[in-house]
Amino acid sequence: MKNEMTLAFDSISENEGFARVAVAAFVTQLNPTLEEVSDIRTAVSEAVTNAIIHGYPEGVHTVVVRALLNEETVELWVTDEGVGMEDIKQAMEPLYTSRPELERSGMGFMFMEAFMDEVEVRSSPGAGTTVYMKKRICRSQGQQEG
Amino acid sequence: MDLMKVEGSKLTVFLPSELDHHHTEDIRTEIDRMVNRHPIDEVEFDFSRTIFMDSAGIGMLIGRYKVMKALNGRIRLSHLNGQIQRILKLSGIQKYIQLEGEERK
Repeated sequence: MKNEMTLAFDSISENEGFARVAVAAFVTQLNPTLEEVSDIRTAVSEAVTNAIIHGYPEGVHTVVVRALLNEETVELWVTDEGVGMEDIKQAMEPLYTSRPELERSGMGFMFMEAFMDEVEVRSSPGAGTTVYMKKRICRSQGQQEG
Repeated sequence: MDLMKVEGSKLTVFLPSELDHHHTEDIRTEIDRMVNRHPIDEVEFDFSRTIFMDSAGIGMLIGRYKVMKALNGRIRLSHLNGQIQRILKLSGIQKYIQLEGEERK
């Protein structure tokens, strides 16, 4: 099966939960395990929270989440048109955070990488950031819910 | 809402169902206020109702661990579900934070 959706929402923290729930509901079409859904929820939460906190440190702007289901895979793009990053490598280092005053743990990218099969970040200062993530859903071939 | 309970020198925090960036900010402020107001030496985070936590929750726990350590106190976590245990394991913070029942192993 192939199916695609796009969500666009305000960069306010209330929408972190909304984005998780919406993407998780969409992905259920591939009949994932509870653990796979949980992995995707966590990865979406991390990417969307980064867009809200770091992408748009000032004001309310739009975050876009695109999800593409294709046979056994889920692909996600989380995009902001905010401040962007100079040094993507540094941002992805475990325990690195640009906002220690917010008690950010610096583990967001680590979790995205742990829970998804692929994570890629594209960013440029002043233009914004897109986090691309891909995950294979293993159970999607006609398996019945128990 | 009864989110916190003080018994002697112990503060119990009943966490919400989703412990993300949105929910951690208020909880953090409230815990720090309680710890400043009462002679607390242990904070228990009760995850009974919590089904989801991400790195923002980890950041909040590490922050409270530091606060309690500075006061010669400790924190402990109880009633963790599978998703939360996986996140905690990945984060590596169990080295510092006692999980419920672990002292018996």
